[in-house]
Amino acid sequence: MRRVSRPSAVGDALAQVGACGLFLLQILAALPGSLRHVRETVRQVWFAGAMSLVIIMTCGLFVGMVLGLQLYYVLSIFGGTAALGTVVSLSLYRELGPVVTALLFAGRAGTSMTAEIGLMRATDQLDAMEMMAVDPLAYVVAPRFLAGIIAMPLLACIFNALGIFGAHLVGVSWLGLDNGTFWSNMTSSVDVWKDVVNGVWKSVAFGAVVALIAVFQGYTTPPTSEGVAYATTRTVVASSIVVLALDFVMTAFLM
Amino acid sequence: MRVAEASPAIPVVPSRNLVEVRGLSTVLGSKTIFDGVDLDIARGKVTAIMGPSGCGKTTLLRHITGQRAPDAGSIRIDGADVPRLSRQALFDLREKIGFLFQNSALLTDFSVFENVAFPLRQHLDLPEPLVRNIVLTKLQAVGLRGAADLMPAELSGGMARRVALARAIIRDPMLILYDEPFVGLDPIALNQIVKLIRTLNDTLGVTSILVAHEFSAVTRVADHVVLLAGGRVAAQGTPSELAHGESPWTRQFFGGEADGPVPFQYPAGDYAADLGFPAAGAA
Repeated sequence: MRRVSRPSAVGDALAQVGACGLFLLQILAALPGSLRHVRETVRQVWFAGAMSLVIIMTCGLFVGMVLGLQLYYVLSIFGGTAALGTVVSLSLYRELGPVVTALLFAGRAGTSMTAEIGLMRATDQLDAMEMMAVDPLAYVVAPRFLAGIIAMPLLACIFNALGIFGAHLVGVSWLGLDNGTFWSNMTSSVDVWKDVVNGVWKSVAFGAVVALIAVFQGYTTPPTSEGVAYATTRTVVASSIVVLALDFVMTAFLM
Repeated sequence: MRVAEASPAIPVVPSRNLVEVRGLSTVLGSKTIFDGVDLDIARGKVTAIMGPSGCGKTTLLRHITGQRAPDAGSIRIDGADVPRLSRQALFDLREKIGFLFQNSALLTDFSVFENVAFPLRQHLDLPEPLVRNIVLTKLQAVGLRGAADLMPAELSGGMARRVALARAIIRDPMLILYDEPFVGLDPIALNQIVKLIRTLNDTLGVTSILVAHEFSAVTRVADHVVLLAGGRVAAQGTPSELAHGESPWTRQFFGGEADGPVPFQYPAGDYAADLGFPAAGAA
């Protein structure tokens, strides 16, 4: 039924975007119905959020440590190592935190959403829910979509915190930068609204986009093992491209 | 004497038929599945729908439950015209229908107990002890009360189907549809399902529609058999009437002949030409 004539790869991609947009409208229409399933939403936030903590925290720590090392080296050329805290925190809050978290989230939580919903489709579980008069959009899809929107900003904040801790570890504890300089320069130059909150908005948008792509791919996958495999791959590829493109657009608007 | 015939027909009692299909036509791709099917399913009876593979038996079930709209025709369940119902009205109707999927379609994240309790929890706000009692009664009916804490992955095919059956009857539906309930079962499990379908029908007073191939099982369970073939109802009647029917369809289907109205060969081009030999006419 969804098979339309496919003139080209571009046409195919555009058709997917259109179908994905329509799917978003369906999810939004199902949101009131999904309020009955608060427990399911909480479970999904736990699954997509809490279960992603290990990878987010580890990566945040290492990204921060690398940033600390690289920037210390660059700043030392200009004799400006005192600005390390400022530069690290701004790059994390404004760009790296939301973007890297979104990419990791797509790989960790997005793929499992796609595979789970795809397998539910393949084993008739979604049809079974329909037959039990339970709307799968409200029970399965909407809670996962909400979970993405809720979990992503929280994960990005944790990523930022660990990143700054990592930079502090490298810059202050290892390379001997003054602890007071590190923190005071950071606090005086980072603006809560312009830097921190704008980053949070970004990650809210990324959460919505990644979760939408993941549930869309899972829901519309052909019910075969190959179909589920392709859908999972497409989730990661499409999420990554859309997150980076959207990041550019949002940065231009939020500057 | 015959006053009823003279007076205008005002139905006071509900129709004898729970499901009435009229002029059903469906085309899938380039293939005509149904070409004006008229079909009545009597209340309180077990009706078996049989037919060669690909004749649209499962599609018919999907039409009846509103999962798929036909291209033309009407399907009435208890007076409601299914293809023209709103989504909400369709969901209200489905709350009164139990559906047994061929592959059971149990929710793999939930235990047997929670699977059976799922429709109750989704639609009714019942106290937990009551939910527990209803679920255990239904599980007892299918003989799996002891398996309540197992996960679906731990069940055999026959057990999974019985759990799905318990789930299908949890809300005491007026209509139960079975999609190939006997496929892939060993003789013991098959007999259990046959017995269950019959007892459920007789004790709960429901109407049952089942799609199946196994004529020996169908004769033991069905009151009425409908043979679909060539997009139409080819024959119908009691199992014994069909078994001794004279139409070529029934002879091929119940006699198990390989060739007949249903051709052994899938439609294809000229055989000799396909193999690269000169066409028969030119030789």
